[in-house]
Amino acid sequence: MSEYVILSIFLFLGAFIAAAAIVVGLVLGYKSKDTKNKFAPYECGMNTIGNARIQFKVGYYLFALLFLVFDIEALFLFPVLSNFREIMAGNTPLSPVIVIIDLVIFLAILVSGLAYAWKKGILKWE
Amino acid sequence: MFTPSVTHPIGDFVRKLVPDAMGYVTPYLPQSVLEYIPAANSVVAFLINAVICIIAVCIVAIGNAPILIYMERKVCAHVQCRLGPMRLGWHGTIQTIADVLKMLFKEVYAPKGADKFIFYLAPMVVLIAPFLVLTLIPFDKNMVIANVPVGIPFIIAVNGFGILGILLGGWSSNNKYSLLGSLRSGAQMISYEISFAMILLFVVMVSGETNLLSITQGQEGTILDWWIFKIPVLGFIAFVLFFISSTAELNRAPFDIAEAEQELTGGYHTEYNGTAFAMFYLAEYINLVTTSSLATTCFLGGFYPPLIGVEAVDSVLMMVPGFVWFFAKVYFMIWCYMMVRWTFVRPRVDQLMDFEWKFLLPVNLVLLGLGGAYIVLFG
Repeated sequence: MSEYVILSIFLFLGAFIAAAAIVVGLVLGYKSKDTKNKFAPYECGMNTIGNARIQFKVGYYLFALLFLVFDIEALFLFPVLSNFREIMAGNTPLSPVIVIIDLVIFLAILVSGLAYAWKKGILKWE
Repeated sequence: MFTPSVTHPIGDFVRKLVPDAMGYVTPYLPQSVLEYIPAANSVVAFLINAVICIIAVCIVAIGNAPILIYMERKVCAHVQCRLGPMRLGWHGTIQTIADVLKMLFKEVYAPKGADKFIFYLAPMVVLIAPFLVLTLIPFDKNMVIANVPVGIPFIIAVNGFGILGILLGGWSSNNKYSLLGSLRSGAQMISYEISFAMILLFVVMVSGETNLLSITQGQEGTILDWWIFKIPVLGFIAFVLFFISSTAELNRAPFDIAEAEQELTGGYHTEYNGTAFAMFYLAEYINLVTTSSLATTCFLGGFYPPLIGVEAVDSVLMMVPGFVWFFAKVYFMIWCYMMVRWTFVRPRVDQLMDFEWKFLLPVNLVLLGLGGAYIVLFG
């Protein structure tokens, strides 16, 4: 229990340090005169053209979707694999053969998903 | 109520000290307050321990950064046949501290059109993950701040914060370079996050533990009991794959596509300056420490000395305390990361993504299968 209390303290520690540093920077920092060019976003010396919230490639979203699938797969595998040795040694009520078959089916579905994405050309970066 | 089970050497001392100290006060307290004393004792002990932990983590995190920056400059310089910083202090040792001071006095402001709230939120979000990971690392047998049973899944979950911070920073800056840099960086980090998770999955499978302290304790013995050598060939391959994917996770060269200076000026932190920029820099170096610690814990035997099985040598090695070995291994890993950074060339962004999805991921899946086969065949 106390481990999680400590973790929740540390959850805010990093954010707190960053906030403190930014406040120190705002207080101590040198203030130059506010001109139009000072606040202009950097674009290699040119005047900025339009807004920076431009349309970008849809490929980024596709990679994010693929990432979701594989990350959640890793999450599902954790409970099985952390007890894999025990299961194989027969120390659990589970049958080793059935566990292996289940794992193979699970991974086969995933690999076929990756193969499908590969075939569809999602993994190709243009 | 809290059961203060924070494990570090001072913790036990504090837990004994607080009831003793309270013993001096109790005769003077009214009966109604005395009922709460045992619970109050544990809370006070817990709070003192928590403060000690916070100070320790701040020293490891913030104190390490200037040393690492100095080290990086020197390594970089000597790789390129230069001397590096030499003027301030003996061999330029004070140079980084001077740079930190300079950074404090720089102006902090957001560019026109930036989303101010998110702009200042991003450095905070970026710093959350490294501090959380540091609490889980076992620096010595009794030096773990939060010894949670789900260590490795927790680390994988928390790593996502860093990506979030980078995306927020790039999006809010109102700068096209920042936006593109952050998107590239996000795509790269989530891609390599998968192989990162898979390698940790491999370690979990062979060790049968998810807790970092238990993983380390499973490697007690000679140097051949470390996970890098314990499983012949597979362990070493896993270590190399971990090294590659963590280099990409850290956004370090040769995988620093996100801040490819020639294409994207500064990447996601182009518009940041002063201390706000320093926070991104700090997060990068704390991440370097945490990733190296993770490699040390999972593959290089954590806080155990590299025993070689010869009695005379081992007895000498055993005399060195565990955390010294731990930090020696961590610094060795960091040195490896730095040498890789300054000796390899940067791949193109499409080569980088191809490498992950078409090479690393299949290899990882095969490695997982071979690891399973090894366990089934040899136990």
